Amino acid sequence: MTKLYKILTAKTLVPNIHLFLFDAPRIARKAKAGQFVVLTKDEKGERIPLTIADSDAKAGTVTIVFMEVGKTTRELGLLKTGDSIMSLTGPLGLPTHIENYGTVVCVAGGFAVAPVMPIARALKQAGNKVISILGARNKELIFWEDELRNVSDKLIVTTDDGSYGRKALVTEPLKEILENGEKISLVVAIGPSIMMKFCAKTTQPFGVKTIVSLNPIMVDGTGMCGCCRVSVGGQTKFACVDGPDFDAHQVDWDLLAARQRTYVEEEKQAMENWQCQCGKHS
Amino acid sequence: MPRQDAAVRAKNFKEVATGYTPEMAAEEASRCIQCPKRPCVEGCPVNVDIPEFIKAVREGKMADAVTVLKNKNALPGVCGRVCPQESQCEAKCTLLKQKAPVAIGRLERYVADWETKNKASMPPGAPLPPPTGKKVAVIGSGPAGLTAAADLAKKGHRVTIFEALHVGGGVLMYGIPEFRLPKEIVQNEINFVKSLGVELVLDAVIGKTDTIDELLNSGYDAVFLGTGAGLPMFLGVPGENANGIYSANEWLTRTNLMKAYLFPTYDTPLHVGKKVAVIGGGNVAMDGARCALRLGAEEVYIVYRRSEAELPARREEVENAMEEGIIFKFLTNPTRFLDDGKGWVTGMECVEMELGEPDASGRRRPIVKKGSEFVMNINTVVVALGTTPNPLIAATTDGLNTTSHGTVIADEHTGKTVKDKVWAGGDIVTGAATVISAMGAGKRAAADIDKYLTSL
Ligand SMILES: Cc1cc2nc3c(=O)[nH]c(=O)nc-3n(C[C@H](O)[C@H](O)[C@H](O)COP(=O)(O)OP(=O)(O)OC[C@H]3O[C@@H](n4cnc5c(N)ncnc54)[C@H](O)[C@@H]3O)c2cc1C
Ligand SMILES: Cc1cc2nc3c(=O)[nH]c(=O)nc-3n(C[C@H](O)[C@H](O)[C@H](O)COP(=O)(O)OP(=O)(O)OC[C@H]3O[C@@H](n4cnc5c(N)ncnc54)[C@H](O)[C@@H]3O)c2cc1C
Ligand code: SF4
Ligand code: SF4
Ligand code: FES
Repeated sequence: MTKLYKILTAKTLVPNIHLFLFDAPRIARKAKAGQFVVLTKDEKGERIPLTIADSDAKAGTVTIVFMEVGKTTRELGLLKTGDSIMSLTGPLGLPTHIENYGTVVCVAGGFAVAPVMPIARALKQAGNKVISILGARNKELIFWEDELRNVSDKLIVTTDDGSYGRKALVTEPLKEILENGEKISLVVAIGPSIMMKFCAKTTQPFGVKTIVSLNPIMVDGTGMCGCCRVSVGGQTKFACVDGPDFDAHQVDWDLLAARQRTYVEEEKQAMENWQCQCGKHS
Repeated sequence: MPRQDAAVRAKNFKEVATGYTPEMAAEEASRCIQCPKRPCVEGCPVNVDIPEFIKAVREGKMADAVTVLKNKNALPGVCGRVCPQESQCEAKCTLLKQKAPVAIGRLERYVADWETKNKASMPPGAPLPPPTGKKVAVIGSGPAGLTAAADLAKKGHRVTIFEALHVGGGVLMYGIPEFRLPKEIVQNEINFVKSLGVELVLDAVIGKTDTIDELLNSGYDAVFLGTGAGLPMFLGVPGENANGIYSANEWLTRTNLMKAYLFPTYDTPLHVGKKVAVIGGGNVAMDGARCALRLGAEEVYIVYRRSEAELPARREEVENAMEEGIIFKFLTNPTRFLDDGKGWVTGMECVEMELGEPDASGRRRPIVKKGSEFVMNINTVVVALGTTPNPLIAATTDGLNTTSHGTVIADEHTGKTVKDKVWAGGDIVTGAATVISAMGAGKRAAADIDKYLTSL
């Protein structure tokens, strides 16, 4: 099968986190903050969803940022500028709802500074006062700090180990902002499920509307398979077409976590099998 | 027709039926009495010239047989395998009343397979007419879209197919399993459609990548909607989101399109428990169950709320499934799923049913037997209750009329929708139906689109 989508730039942002700039004019023309693509590396590859971190309609390009977590993302991490992949589909999912809310807080955990960027920028452009919180495990893993600062009125950086910025989890400054008295109209939190869940717990007592971008396992990304079912407010939704943004206070987090673990055994097997075959990557 | 032995085939994904030998084909073809009234042709939704192609087979003029067949049917290798011939062409065969109808489908398959093996000895097809300069966008590359595209290209129109997935073919690729319809055959037939000058654009989700109105405004003179019925239905009972519960679409897509049966050579995983229950009684349920067996499940159940007589699946596939060892639990309906406390399905609470008076569909209505609850222990569930059209197209297109089931309303004879320049056909109009009825709809719409384009 022909590989149709060229990587114009591949770079490693921080260890294990990579950026691809794709030549994809059809997607770039339509992409909006909060939407994602589904990509397949080659004939034998699986379809995986990744958020559109940036897009340029004029240049016809789309940027994605991904973290190495398993076989597919590790394999993708080996691709270089000039390589191509078989399939790239999008923009999928509903765009994040943007309006002038007043003051909003954007929380980005780990690699999620990438998906948060276009949302923070759009919120800023819509006239909001944007306070951003960028959290990472340590200093080494922080990227796009300046980029996020540029689209925010205020940026707070935290690390788990205190090697940079404030030693805290993102929920601590979030709670302080909510307690501070300034009226916060919206919180957008994107990152690992556990982080999103605790952000939801943090904002709930304050009654502040909180949006999260859910990341269940997906296949087609078009509403055809039902693999991405999540439960929100007691109702089953397909995250790829009804989301991926949902009201954080209504999400059944335990169900999401359980479903994300569906293929833990198989994922391990895939990694081991791949590592034996290619030997040099440990 | 020769088939792989049941015990052997239940463990592999190779085609179940191995096809006629030349001698068998010649013998079967010689049974056809060449009825002047051609009743069989009427039974075929795309009006294949059945007596003519069979005559060519009998006379050993295989290249002619191919030409006659392909004149009406762009996908003979597919139809020869999956058409419900027993209720279509063969149901009208004169010989039905005497002994057995001519095995039209099997002969069709034989001719298509001959062509694949003998490509080189095929004469070049009729040259295409000069380009008309008219452009048509076909949405969806299932049988409806492929047929409409082929017919329009043969009239000299420029056709582009837009397909949401990374592979063309629709249900033929993602739904119907390899052992009933080898994917190579589907791709060969798609290549034939492309050889007519049709462009196939993959990874294009219409409604997202472009809307119908944007396509019309960007220079397409007409649009044909063949996006099928791809939205899976669930039971809506408690516990249905547990791990190990799949829609048939997901189960079959992972298996067929993504080739999970070759994991870890292919990357897409599937979790197959020892005991698998498939809910439903149609072709999709049979395919799901037979895949489960081939994927290594030890016990596979079909759980169906009516009785054997009401099974909507083709009889041939039910027999294949029974032979392979699928266990049928009739008059049984799940009411709740049980899990292990960590999110994995472990059991299914069911009730027994009995049949009452006929309902709107003419089949006897299943009624719950009081106090009949029982639990089936299972590790994997495949829900095959049917599908409805994906709402994406209707939601992003102004001026389309849809029914309460989400199907698009189109004229039965022409496929014309109420929206200017837009036609529709196949499962998106009828709800889940058959390959050949989708092809028939594609053909009728192509004829009407051609009429419209030449009137411009
Ligand atoms: C809408 C959406 C947007 C996303 N955006 C990003 C992003 O911008 N950057 C980023 O790094 N990651 C993103 N993800 C997660 C990303 O898709 C997974 O990390 C990736 O699929 C892992 O594949 P793998 O083979 O490397 O790992 P595996 O070893 O296969 O899996 C590791 C974990 O990733 C998850 N996962 C596996 N397969 C899939 C799948 N097909 N779909 C979704 N999740 C899966 C599972 O929870 C699994 O336990 C997004 C997910 C969704 C649903
Ligand atoms: C498991 C299974 C077994 C079956 N077995 C049989 C059988 O034995 N015999 C038989 O006759 N019939 C069978 N059928 C039914 C038959 O396959 C369908 O009736 C037929 O494929 C319908 O054709 P279609 O062209 O209308 O739609 P589809 O085949 O569904 O094709 C629609 C295409 O449109 C694409 N699409 C959808 N939305 C968009 C969009 N927004 N933009 C772009 N593309 C889009 C889809 O990805 C798909 O490729 C079976 C069906 C299933 C699921
Ligand atoms: S296309 Fe189907 S219905 Fe028509 S002749 Fe062939 S097998 Fe029969
Ligand atoms: S009805 Fe039967 S016997 Fe008569 S022409 Fe058709 S296939 Fe032959
Ligand atoms: S990923 Fe298939 S329905 Fe959402």
